[in-house]
Amino acid sequence: MINKIILASILSFCSFGLFAAGPAVPLDHIKTNIEDQESLQNGLATFMNYCFACHSMQYARYERAADDLGIPHNIFEENLLVGDVKIGQLMKIAMSSDQAKVWFGNPPPDLTLSARLRGPDWLYSYLRGFYADPKRPYGVNNAVFKDVGMPHVLAGLQGVCAEEPALGVKPVVDPLSGNIVKQSGCNEFSDEGTLTPKEYDALIYDLVNFMTYVGEPSRLESERIGRNVLIFLAFLFVFVYFLNKEYWREIH
Amino acid sequence: MQKLINWIDERLPIVEAFENHMSKYYAPKNFNVWYIFGVLSMVVLVNQLLTGIWLTMSYNPTAEGAFASVEYIMRDVEYGWLLRYLHSTGASAFFVVVYLHMFRGLMYGSYQKPRELIWIFGMTIYLALMAEAFMGYLLPWGQMSYWGAQVIVNLFGAIPYIGEDLSLWIRGDYLISGITLNRFFALHVVALPIVILALVVLHILALHTVGSNNPDGIEIKKNKDENGIPKDGIPFHPFYSVHDLVGIVVFLFVFCGVVFFFPEMGGYFIEKPNFEPANPLKTPDHIAPVWYFTPFYAMLRAVPDAFLGVVVMGAAIAILFVLPWLDKSPVKSIRYKGWMSKLALALLVVSFAILGYLGVVVATPERTILARVLTVMYFAYFILMPWFTRIEKTKPVPERVTG
Repeated sequence: MINKIILASILSFCSFGLFAAGPAVPLDHIKTNIEDQESLQNGLATFMNYCFACHSMQYARYERAADDLGIPHNIFEENLLVGDVKIGQLMKIAMSSDQAKVWFGNPPPDLTLSARLRGPDWLYSYLRGFYADPKRPYGVNNAVFKDVGMPHVLAGLQGVCAEEPALGVKPVVDPLSGNIVKQSGCNEFSDEGTLTPKEYDALIYDLVNFMTYVGEPSRLESERIGRNVLIFLAFLFVFVYFLNKEYWREIH
Repeated sequence: MQKLINWIDERLPIVEAFENHMSKYYAPKNFNVWYIFGVLSMVVLVNQLLTGIWLTMSYNPTAEGAFASVEYIMRDVEYGWLLRYLHSTGASAFFVVVYLHMFRGLMYGSYQKPRELIWIFGMTIYLALMAEAFMGYLLPWGQMSYWGAQVIVNLFGAIPYIGEDLSLWIRGDYLISGITLNRFFALHVVALPIVILALVVLHILALHTVGSNNPDGIEIKKNKDENGIPKDGIPFHPFYSVHDLVGIVVFLFVFCGVVFFFPEMGGYFIEKPNFEPANPLKTPDHIAPVWYFTPFYAMLRAVPDAFLGVVVMGAAIAILFVLPWLDKSPVKSIRYKGWMSKLALALLVVSFAILGYLGVVVATPERTILARVLTVMYFAYFILMPWFTRIEKTKPVPERVTG
């Protein structure tokens, strides 16, 4: 029966072209740089302090992050590990998904691969996309992810935006005064935070940068090895090219 | 060394085998760049087998553990990320080289008499490869793995009477589940590789029996010298072995570029929704198969009726098997066929490519109409072939190979 329903729904989608991709939301664009260790360290700190209570990174290990980000093990253990957690362990959280379901409706997703799933632009825009909405249980909504179940955890830093922030827009400059009249992100706050909008954007950039690194920790090593492999193949090409030419000289 | 070879040769004819297939296998001397893709398929096959074996050492074929074990390979296994990217990129590369290899066959009439069996073995490899790729795609147990498999297996359900039971039998469950994953794993790593390897051996044995075709479509065996060696033939080894080395290095350069620098290939080689674990309760917004299946997927969607769609999709592949008997032309190569054959082949390529694009994107009414037109165009190549190859005026074929 289930089978039949799924079949029917899937095939009807196929035939009538109802495969609507979710509505495309304009996003702010960032250029991540996973070679910037300072940024990654900041991102890790933000993640551990604000996100890690609810969101795991259950496929990543503390030790790998410490090593790749250039953080000595003893400093990492003293500042970032709580209780009897060992540095070689996976970055799991204490909250069970059953509890989380009760509290949030849906368990907060694991964030190991979110940068690969959603892309850095999406994360950067989403984390700057919260705004006040009294109709929602936590008093906030999100411009990128409508009616999301997540509270605005970083409200203490950013403040709460009074209205839905415009994202993915180019700054509009008043031609007379030269002031920016409209720009991407929040333009008016109903609650002030401890950070200026610029500082907050930088914080989110570092956080997203860190999440991008965690999504694929092998990226830098891959590119380093890749360069050597391509150089080797280029040399090998010269060799086999002339070898081939030598053999084929006699063929007409 | 020579003594060892003699010792073995008295017990197993290795020298004879080497001569038959390498040093005294005479291949036409006029092969062009299109003749590299057979060898490249073998290179990719070896890559898939080797990286596959090592991936199997750390992969966990259960619904609970599959996704995490792939990330374990990506993070904790030494060079696991490299093994995985070589394998995932290799899957796409396999189809790239196989499609080009098949196109070469279409262009130069390599399927024509006396090479019908080579073509049929080749088509069977292609079919086995599609099954292999499809089952392998389920193993990472991501969202697209899961829902892609769900859609494809449900297609069997559209067959009247037996369909329901058939798809149930394939899945081993009412939905894609850990049971399905287990059996797909067994088929992917044991059964299908054996089938593919056996078919490759048959493909090459049949080829080496009748000899290779060439861009002129001339039988070089018709022109032999006093020693019985084709005048236009050269020993495969060393001439084509060194020749192929150049092609292999160029291919590896491109392949490694993808593996090391953009293994996701913009979401075409590794689809983004697959970075989320399979969730039977949440359908992704847009289910698209991997690019190498999309032309057939577009044909399926183009047909309003579910069962007929499956029939059309199956026929699109099945009709390729009978190609040797559809081509009535007195000449093999496109070089000497008439303008109708050239136009028909060009239209086939265009329709296949655009259908491939349409299978990736969301269907709209306009795109569905376009897909219908292109599906007709695809089939027209085969259905009209007996007619246009018979009536068109062909050019005279030279006695000896050119260029």
